[in-house]
Amino acid sequence: MQEMGFFTDTTLCIGCKACEVACKQWNQLPDDGFSLTGMSYDNTGALGASTWRHVAFVERTEPLPGQGSPRDGIEAGAGAFAELRPLGQPAPTSLLHDVAPTHLADVPAALGPSQQALGKFSWLMMSDVCKHCERAGCLEACPTGAILRTEFGSVYIQPDVCNGCGYCVSACPFGVVDRREDDGRAWKCTLCYDRLEGGMVPACAKACPTASIQFGPLEDLRERARTRVEQLRSRGVGGAHLYGESAQSQPGTEGLHAFFLLCDRPEVYGLPPDPVVPTAKIVASWRAMATGVLSLAALALGAVLSARRA
Amino acid sequence: MPKLPVLSDWPVLRQLRRRDPSGLGSTAASPRTRSLAPRTASADRVARSICPYCAVGCGQLVYVKDEKIVDIEGDPDSPVSQGCLCPKGAATFQLVTGAHRLEQVLYRRPGGTSWEAIPLEQAMEMVAQRVKKARDETWQERVEDEGAEHHGDQVRRTLGIAHLGGATLDNEENYLLKKLFTALGVVQVENQARI
Amino acid sequence: MAECHPVAFRWVMEAKNRGATIIHVDPRFTRTSAVSDLHVPIRPGSDIAFLGGIIHHVLEHDLWFEEYVRAYTNASTIVDEGFRDTEDLEGFFSGFDAESNTYSWETWKYQGVDGVVPAAGHKLVYGEEGAGRGDLRGTKMLERETDPTLRHPRCVFQLLRRHFARYTPEMVEETCGIPKALFLKVAETLGRNSGRERTGAFCYAVGWTQHTVGVQYIRTAAILQLLLGNIGRPGGGIMALRGHASIQGSTDIPTLFDILPGYLPMPHASLPDRGLDQYVNNNASATHWWSEFRKYVVSLCKAWFGTAATPENDFLFDLLPRLTGNHSHMVTVSEMADGKLKGYFVMGENPTVGSMHGALHRKGLRALDWLVVRDFTLTETAEFWRTAPEIARGEVRTEEIRTEVFFFPAATHTEKDGSFTNTQRMLQWHHRAVEPRGDCRSELHFTYHLGKRLKALYAGSTDPKDRAIQALTWDYPTRGPQEDPDAEAVLREVNGFTVADGRPVPGFAELKDDGSTACGCWIYSGCFRDGVNQTARRRPEREQHWVAPDWGWAWPANRRILYNRTSADPEGRPWSERKRYVWWDEEQRQWTGYDVPDFVKDRPPSYRPPPGARGTAAISGDDAFIMQADGKGWLFAPSGLLDGPFPTHYEPEESVLENPLYPQQCNPARMEWHRRDNPYHAAWGDPRFPFVLTTYRLTEHHTAGGMSRWLSWLSELQPEMFCEVSRELAAERGLRNGGWATITTARGEIECRVLVTDRMRPLRVKGGRTVHTIGLPYHWSFVGRVTGDPANELIGFVADPNVSIQESKAFTGDIRSGRHARGRRSVTDGVALREPEPRIHAPRDLPGLHAKKRSPPVEPPEPR
Repeated sequence: MQEMGFFTDTTLCIGCKACEVACKQWNQLPDDGFSLTGMSYDNTGALGASTWRHVAFVERTEPLPGQGSPRDGIEAGAGAFAELRPLGQPAPTSLLHDVAPTHLADVPAALGPSQQALGKFSWLMMSDVCKHCERAGCLEACPTGAILRTEFGSVYIQPDVCNGCGYCVSACPFGVVDRREDDGRAWKCTLCYDRLEGGMVPACAKACPTASIQFGPLEDLRERARTRVEQLRSRGVGGAHLYGESAQSQPGTEGLHAFFLLCDRPEVYGLPPDPVVPTAKIVASWRAMATGVLSLAALALGAVLSARRA
Repeated sequence: MPKLPVLSDWPVLRQLRRRDPSGLGSTAASPRTRSLAPRTASADRVARSICPYCAVGCGQLVYVKDEKIVDIEGDPDSPVSQGCLCPKGAATFQLVTGAHRLEQVLYRRPGGTSWEAIPLEQAMEMVAQRVKKARDETWQERVEDEGAEHHGDQVRRTLGIAHLGGATLDNEENYLLKKLFTALGVVQVENQARI
Repeated sequence: MAECHPVAFRWVMEAKNRGATIIHVDPRFTRTSAVSDLHVPIRPGSDIAFLGGIIHHVLEHDLWFEEYVRAYTNASTIVDEGFRDTEDLEGFFSGFDAESNTYSWETWKYQGVDGVVPAAGHKLVYGEEGAGRGDLRGTKMLERETDPTLRHPRCVFQLLRRHFARYTPEMVEETCGIPKALFLKVAETLGRNSGRERTGAFCYAVGWTQHTVGVQYIRTAAILQLLLGNIGRPGGGIMALRGHASIQGSTDIPTLFDILPGYLPMPHASLPDRGLDQYVNNNASATHWWSEFRKYVVSLCKAWFGTAATPENDFLFDLLPRLTGNHSHMVTVSEMADGKLKGYFVMGENPTVGSMHGALHRKGLRALDWLVVRDFTLTETAEFWRTAPEIARGEVRTEEIRTEVFFFPAATHTEKDGSFTNTQRMLQWHHRAVEPRGDCRSELHFTYHLGKRLKALYAGSTDPKDRAIQALTWDYPTRGPQEDPDAEAVLREVNGFTVADGRPVPGFAELKDDGSTACGCWIYSGCFRDGVNQTARRRPEREQHWVAPDWGWAWPANRRILYNRTSADPEGRPWSERKRYVWWDEEQRQWTGYDVPDFVKDRPPSYRPPPGARGTAAISGDDAFIMQADGKGWLFAPSGLLDGPFPTHYEPEESVLENPLYPQQCNPARMEWHRRDNPYHAAWGDPRFPFVLTTYRLTEHHTAGGMSRWLSWLSELQPEMFCEVSRELAAERGLRNGGWATITTARGEIECRVLVTDRMRPLRVKGGRTVHTIGLPYHWSFVGRVTGDPANELIGFVADPNVSIQESKAFTGDIRSGRHARGRRSVTDGVALREPEPRIHAPRDLPGLHAKKRSPPVEPPEPR
């Protein structure tokens, strides 16, 4: 079975939160409380036991090229949806051929003060989700076999096996896994394992109106994401980069099955800059321990030998 | 005689056979996990529908099992929405199945301090009686106010009854409403078009 | 658009990725701005100045699409010599009557045309000079004077140029707070994106309509789009993004006071002879498509009154009730508050939250004998007698409210068959998935059975007043034990049928004026063509071409783009390969294309009507706007609008600025309600209310909240009422992010949380003055899963004269830090009523054709 995953392109996100609700609907999740956070339009706050998608809103006093300011010409026919919907959902019919881009007219005169100030602002939005790490801390930490890696490459917590020990919670470098207060069990995004078994797209990706959340074979997504980064950079979005798309770029997790396209440093979006799965250190610590044991043994042996010699 | 666990179920063998040496993959799957399927797959039928919120008109698929709605999601065939829904559209399931929905006719009598449940038929008859009474009492054949701009003009109407609402209703419903109220002489028929 | 119509915005994102430039004009930086190429912050209430500035720029720099404008608009038509522009009359047009604050159209007509030019869907024809005399209007339309060189000083093109001459970039900067360079960037981008190869589209929602000049906002966009050749062509248009599933449908088949189905005007009382002929002559046109008017009204009468309607009795047209003026929502509520109504039906609407001045609405409800509310749950409107703030404050006692209230639980769209007409004029059928539970019923069920009961109650009457209800056709088949009427049977009647055999007519072209056809709504005729429910068609989009004509059904005649004759040049050829849509096929001798052509199918582009031609024979081969009596797109509207043939910038009813363009401050024809419980602020510069307030919706909620505030999944995403303010205003008023604020107008006071954000910006306007805007979502109220103070308590009754829509997108108010509304008294019930008249009567700008410049209030206001 092909490895599947999410590519979340934050430059296409309009912050509508359809993903949050579609997820709650499909998975029949309860609410998370009703309080205003005062953090822009984000009243969800974080991923949790009953929130498996979370849209972060970041108000920055820095401009974002391509947002609220002129951008360069765009190559023809770069349809946002043309390559999506790998599981049989249609791409929109090509509307017009040989599209020449429009440009914002060039008006040389300087903008007034209030507009200059406005130019120094941008609003970033990102739909966060479980990363389904290639090297998953939760999976390795689970002592009961409740967590498994599915044939789609995703990491799935089996609610009928989980006993609520909570080892996985502390093993997640992203703070994704959370225990529900009422039953104590651990919950997180399942990558809609049940839907995938039926050949369906995960609920969030299906609902997303602007294809910010793209679902598909991981290799295809990586390819598409790299093209998109180049495209954005050519349009002047110099900060565009991928987060966790490969083992090379994120050794601490050996790469994510749900990776992101960001325009600023990860911590701006609330993501750890250099996440490391805690269990990744186990091998190293075993090795260190073995070295120590061997050294001790060698020392002891040396001592014995030298004692004999003496 | 109960079937004894056979040797092939022994985890180590399963791990080896399934090439899952660490035992973190399918070997760990419980019977529930092994039988996972989308709940839509077992639906008895799918009704095709349209989102009831804004006017974009996104297609919806309504999955029904045992005469209960089990899922509502986007219709991928729709040229309007291609299977997408916004947060409101995605919450349609809660809108139609939620506990906030009332299922009884309620009545508050003049000066009353609480609601009382009354039968639907009785309520319908009470409303019909009130419409007739209000209409008969406020019928205007002609404008009778001396000094009114249209004094003496035939108007055949009542200004004693008014209606509001329609933008959330179906065309067929609006049609019957306009038809009935106009025939009754009710001209103050309005809807959300003005908000 | 990304905020309130996210899935429609999918296509904007698609366009952007194909190279389109997205410009977002909004007082706030919203989720739409975040993905647009350019965000243009604008002072609320100044859009006509902004759009007028673009028109000025397009005209002055010759950016208009000349071939299109010459062929398809009324640019060359000469206007009556009596016409005077706002340039001549200090902000008024000719024809204003200061007594009644209304205009006469007499001087706006075309030179050489008899009487007022008939306008499509003309609602207020009864008020016209020359109307009601029984003569068919527009008989001399083909003889109107024109100047093809567009040089005549009274031709529409020159009048337009002169009217917008003062809408300079500097004026835009002073009025809208948009820096000149930013404005020019927009004007150039838009203006250069025009011609054979290019089109541009406008999308708008209630941010444009909810003003005392709302209709003229859209008119300004229409003029601009006509100048740029953007009407009737793919990628063009002005798209109204409507907020409720079938708000378009409830206008087409109106639950509105002033029209009958298909935009036929409700008959009016003031005509000396109210017969059918008189009504037809007053609303039909001698030329072009409205010459067919009689067929539609006769077919409607046949649908409603069946066999009782005969040619001899004028098809019982006289039984329809008559209007004597404006009976729109706010007029009704105002009269309700004065105790003039007995009963009120409210179905699927929550006016005490969604409409203006909730306190005045509740005052109206308290004065009723009975109220019927149909909804999913107990809304604020159903609960006004027990949870309203004036009850909680003890100003009103529940026991003293005499209103009987009936609450009927409604069925949802998943529990009934029926069609919505969505914002793109497309009818889409939704199928019943399950039966409604308990007493839940559809409005179809309720209305049908209420009608049955009333027909039974009136069955034995001999009173002539009851004849209409007796004659009404009301036999719809029902199903099941609940006796649910068959929605498809109703749609069949809407589609229309031949009376003799009951077969569905294929379309409105087949309707007759002799009583042989019946049709409930002529523009929907064809939706049940061939006995097939066309609105239920669901051919997957990937199996058809990009126009997707086999999904649902769009009125009229399944046409997806209106006026699409303009997508071909005057000779009938596509303007360009890229913009190919509908064209003349010389071999087949007919119009063809991707869409249903919006033209007489076999009329060649070269056709010119013979002198004296009438009816549809008068439609010339290049008369692309067949509904208009002259076949042209109207840059100048000789009739049909109550507040001017050209859009003019007027300030909102309440503004922080004196009108920078004209001595006349506000729309002189606007509707006001002068009541003690509906006080207004000073027209401008009221020191008590120094800030601009604007209301809007959020993605996570739906209008007055009846379909969102009770749902946990939506409520948790936006759980509390808040206001949005800039850092600068926060500093000025000591507001803290996440803290509380109290917002005040003369109508009421609300408390809410505060979001301090860079998305709100102070703007610099005339004289270097800073304007602060406070943003207010309006979804919350007193009951529901989440509650909060409703923004609409702050807003008064005042309206656009054309469509009676309120002004909620630009008004004034004040903000203080903290919670101070405790102990407040509502203007309808509190101490305010016992106080003497306020000492300061806010200076208004009415009446007066020759109004002189008025100064702001001289008397200091009473301290609050």
